[in-house]
Amino acid sequence: MAYPSDRKYTKQHEWIQASGTTATVGITDHAQEELGDIVFVELPKVGSEVTAGKTFGSVESVKAVSDLYAPAAGTVTEVNGELATSPENVNKDAHGSWMMKITLKNPGELDALLSSADYEKFVAEEGGH
Amino acid sequence: MTPIEATAAVRKTALNAVHRQMGAKMVDFNGWDMPVEYPAAIGCGIINEHMAVRTGVGIFDVSHMGDIRLAGPQALAAVQHISMNDAARLAVGQAQYSALLYPRGTFVDDVIVHRLGEDEYLLVINAGTREKDFDWVRNNTRPFDCAVENLSDDFTQIAIQGPKGVDVLQKLTDANLSAVKFYWVTHGSVCGLKNILIARTGYTAEDGFEIYIPSDETIGARVWKEILSAGKEFGIVPCGLGARNTLRLEGKLPLYGHEISDTINVWEAGLDRFCKMEKPEFIGHAALEKGKAEGVKRTLVGLEMTERGIARDSYIVRDVAGREIGYVTSGSPSPFLKKNIALAYVPPEFAPVGTAVKVEIRGQGVGAQVVPTPFYKRPKKSS
Repeated sequence: MAYPSDRKYTKQHEWIQASGTTATVGITDHAQEELGDIVFVELPKVGSEVTAGKTFGSVESVKAVSDLYAPAAGTVTEVNGELATSPENVNKDAHGSWMMKITLKNPGELDALLSSADYEKFVAEEGGH
Repeated sequence: MTPIEATAAVRKTALNAVHRQMGAKMVDFNGWDMPVEYPAAIGCGIINEHMAVRTGVGIFDVSHMGDIRLAGPQALAAVQHISMNDAARLAVGQAQYSALLYPRGTFVDDVIVHRLGEDEYLLVINAGTREKDFDWVRNNTRPFDCAVENLSDDFTQIAIQGPKGVDVLQKLTDANLSAVKFYWVTHGSVCGLKNILIARTGYTAEDGFEIYIPSDETIGARVWKEILSAGKEFGIVPCGLGARNTLRLEGKLPLYGHEISDTINVWEAGLDRFCKMEKPEFIGHAALEKGKAEGVKRTLVGLEMTERGIARDSYIVRDVAGREIGYVTSGSPSPFLKKNIALAYVPPEFAPVGTAVKVEIRGQGVGAQVVPTPFYKRPKKSS
């Protein structure tokens, strides 16, 4: 799987795509593959604050529940309501199935995140775990 | 994805390399390196594997299960002493669900007792309790004239489960499977291997078979592949422990360490119909008699979430007022019923169907209600 170079990645397997102070957040294809069949996505309320490195929601597969970590701080402006009824969209297209949109508190925070090439390398080195 | 490196302490079945070649996601299950699910790229994943077994056929490597053989003039007496069900009711070739109990009426393990011959029984036991069970059986059958053998490492055990399982296996064996009823066994050639034990048993709440072939990597790989190709026309898929768990949960089949354990007794677990108190004696009998008179403080119930949320193992159950009343033993989305279901221990006053409770999910009380169990019952067929 190629990781799109138009966004940044975290070691917790989220992606963030920024345009100015607006950013879109989701989980990576590697994450969806690790999780298996996704059956439940819990997202924050619009208007709530998220903090870099802290949980903003959770995603559940048949087998287990995993926390979602915010790649950067900001205010939630929108969540992907489709995922409430079709969580399996994340399995089908993880890089297209965004989870939330935020207004970034500090767009500079993204500089510390992984590029697509670095993330790909990280996933390979992590040995899938 | 690169599979995790197995450490020396992790045990492998003879099919381990086959699972890895197929790209299975492997996990440590009670010290065994086992497939939890196979890749979506080959039509698998827990939901697809689960649905294949409910509507067609799936195969599982269950070689991590243990096998104990008891044979000799007093084999029946020995089995009767350690097993709560009544093995005297078994005809040769018949099997029954039962449990080994501690003197206080709690579980050493649950087992399937197969009567293979006039004086020969095979107990099939859980992976996580293999050594403990064997020691228990050996130590408690010493007074009997009966040999006790641990055959756990002798077999590769493959489960062929689902309504089409019979059609798949029939293509590979000379045994007449239509003559084998549920919970009966036969012997026949399978994939050219002579005198293979074929049992119409399983852990999926579905029709199916379990075959016991010699534990050998080459033989195992060949048989596994032959079953997959024979099952192709029926949409067969390999299935991992993930689907095995959701399948058994829908059927309310207990899992050791969850619904049954050394601190839970037979009455609490609701396994009364497999416990034959009319037998004069078995280990645990006296305590269970006393326990029956006293009544239970908790009982196993089925829950269905009525609000958004998935109950998971060990989550706390509360009454609607928020008071802690019990805990979830197993919880999962149900792939077939498309509901979030769970088994839980609660006091008997909360057991009536329709009782509203809350399951604590990450600090929040989420609504659930008691529902009839099993959650899933396979449709009755005339054959």
